[in-house]
Formats: sequence, structure tokens, C-alpha cells
Amino acid sequence: MRWLRLGALLLVVGFLLGTAVWLRPFGSPTAFEMDDYFLKNAQVEAGANNVVTSVVFDYRGFDTLGEATVLLCAVVGVAFILRRVKP
Amino acid sequence: MGNFAFLAAMLLVGIGLWALVSRRNLIKLAIGLSIIQSGVNLFLVSLGYVRGGVAPIYTYAPPGVPMVLPTPQALTLTAIVIGLATTALMLAFIVVIYRHRGTLDAGKIRELKG
Amino acid sequence: MSVVVRTIARLLLPWVLAFGGYVIMHGHLTPGGGFQGGAVVASAVALVVIAFGAEGLKGQKNLFSFLEDLGAIAFVALAFLGIGSTFFRNVLAGGGGLFGTPVPFGPNPGWLNTGGTLPLMNWAVGLKVLAGLGSVVLLLALFGGKEDG
Repeated sequence: MRWLRLGALLLVVGFLLGTAVWLRPFGSPTAFEMDDYFLKNAQVEAGANNVVTSVVFDYRGFDTLGEATVLLCAVVGVAFILRRVKP
Repeated sequence: MGNFAFLAAMLLVGIGLWALVSRRNLIKLAIGLSIIQSGVNLFLVSLGYVRGGVAPIYTYAPPGVPMVLPTPQALTLTAIVIGLATTALMLAFIVVIYRHRGTLDAGKIRELKG
Repeated sequence: MSVVVRTIARLLLPWVLAFGGYVIMHGHLTPGGGFQGGAVVASAVALVVIAFGAEGLKGQKNLFSFLEDLGAIAFVALAFLGIGSTFFRNVLAGGGGLFGTPVPFGPNPGWLNTGGTLPLMNWAVGLKVLAGLGSVVLLLALFGGKEDG
């Protein structure tokens, strides 16, 4: 059982490494039209030098809103789980 | 060896998978999940790398140099914070399991075993 | 903890807080932002918990809760500012006034009075993340022991 598990793991890791070798070469992404738009227009439209910040908070603000909600839910969950239980 | 960043990311995922299938301690399982998550984040960021590029920040940027893609970096930022939240929740669950069962061995917690 | 750890923590704490504030405040100009700066300040909370114990911070839970609520409400309110056209529209950018200096295209030294709603959102999210992660660290340190419950 243990050797079967390790064999399956080796198969999966070998597949992952083979995929990494056969991917597109590192440093030449396929689709970059949207990112070119961000790089050209983010400074004028959002007024910030940091393009990543303008993508996070301006162009993709809904993503950040959902992410803040997930963080809030996790904190509330931790506070609920670790509360002091009255005996 | 042009794809060394992808290889490093996949090796991280492999290390995390090894921790998941061969360890029983719940804390070690959480560490394995965190390592897998680090590998996936590294893979996403390295997918957006442009050869010779600098960070997409215009403050004192060298002129005429290409910039790496900003969108994978922004989405990876989101993924990192969500991973942190899930790690905190996982550790809280582990604390409660240890408090109720007195053990961290995943093989001995059998209520949900199918 | 020992006196060495406590002394080093006392020396290091203002610098960690100042660095976190810097990372949040310059989030639209330099690498960093609300999430990263909030995580730095939360690591200061972890430093205090490790060096001095969690009991001293027990009274700060209400403060963390207030900061978390303040950050969330400020973030959504700043998003609602642009409801005339779109949710999350950057209404303050480029219009003069607060954080509204227009920025031309190309590398520049970076001016703090730019970015529209982005610096304010950085502060909101920074407060939210520092309160959230700080309260997680505090809760795990306070109630994560074996004896409670």
C-alpha cells in the first residue's frame, strides 16, 4: 500500500516536471494585450505609478472586494472556533 | 534549462504532495498544503515574466526596458491573502481537534472515514 | 521570554511599525500596498505576543475589531463613491484636489499626491488586514492552549 502510494506520487511528480519542461519557454508569455493596455494607460487613468496596485484596486476592484470578504469570514471563523466555552 | 522557474514551482508542488500522502500529523498536512500553495503562486508569477523585464512600477523605472505582466502579480496577491486566511482557519481547526481528541494523528480520527 | 528577546523586541517594535506604515502609505508608488503593509504590522503584533505574552494584549481585541470594521466600511464606501458610472470607479484621479494630481505617462520620481482613491483604499485594506491577521495571531495565542475549553 505504502509503495503503491509512493509510486503514484512519483508518477504525478514526474508528469508535473515533464509539463514544466515542455511548457512555453520561460519569459515569453502568450497573451499580453490586456497587460499592455494596463501598462500604457494605468498611469494616466488611475494616476498611480504602481501598476499592480491600480489593477488590484481599480481595474479589478471586485476581486479585491471578494478577497476582503474571504479574509473577514476567516477571521470570524477563527474567533468563533476558538471562543472560550462556558462549561 | 530554460524553464527553471517552472521546474522549481513543480518541485514545490511535488514536495507538498509527498507531505500529504506520507505524513499523518495534522500540522504537517497543513505545512504540506502551504508548500503546494507556494508552488502554485510561484508558477503563476513566473508565467507573467517577460525576458529582461523589470517590476511594473514607474517610480524611477529604467526607460526602454520591458515590464513584466501586472495581472498575474495582482491575482497572486489575492491568492496569497486567501491562502493566509485558509491557513489560519486550518490551524484553528487543528487546535480544536487536538483539544477534543487529544491526538494529532490523522489516522486515529475516524469519524468521517468512508 | 528572556530579557534578551524582550529588549530586542522593545528596540525593534517602532521600526517595524514605521516600516509597515511606510509600505501602506507608499503603496501606489513603490512595491507594497495595503496587504503587504498590513501583514508587516501584524508581524509586529506577533512579535509582541512572542516577547511579552498574549495577556497584555487581551484588552486590545475591541480595538482590532473596531479597526477591522472601519477598514471594511471605508473600503466599500470608497467603492460606492463611483456609483454614478461604475462601482469601483476612480473618481478622484486626475481631478486635482486630494490625491488628484494628474500623472503623465512614463517613469517619474513618484509624487505622493497622486492615485485618486488608491491610497485611501490602501489605508482601508491595510487597516483591515492588520486587524484581521493581528486578531488571528492574538486569538491563537490566547485560546490556542490545551487547557482552555
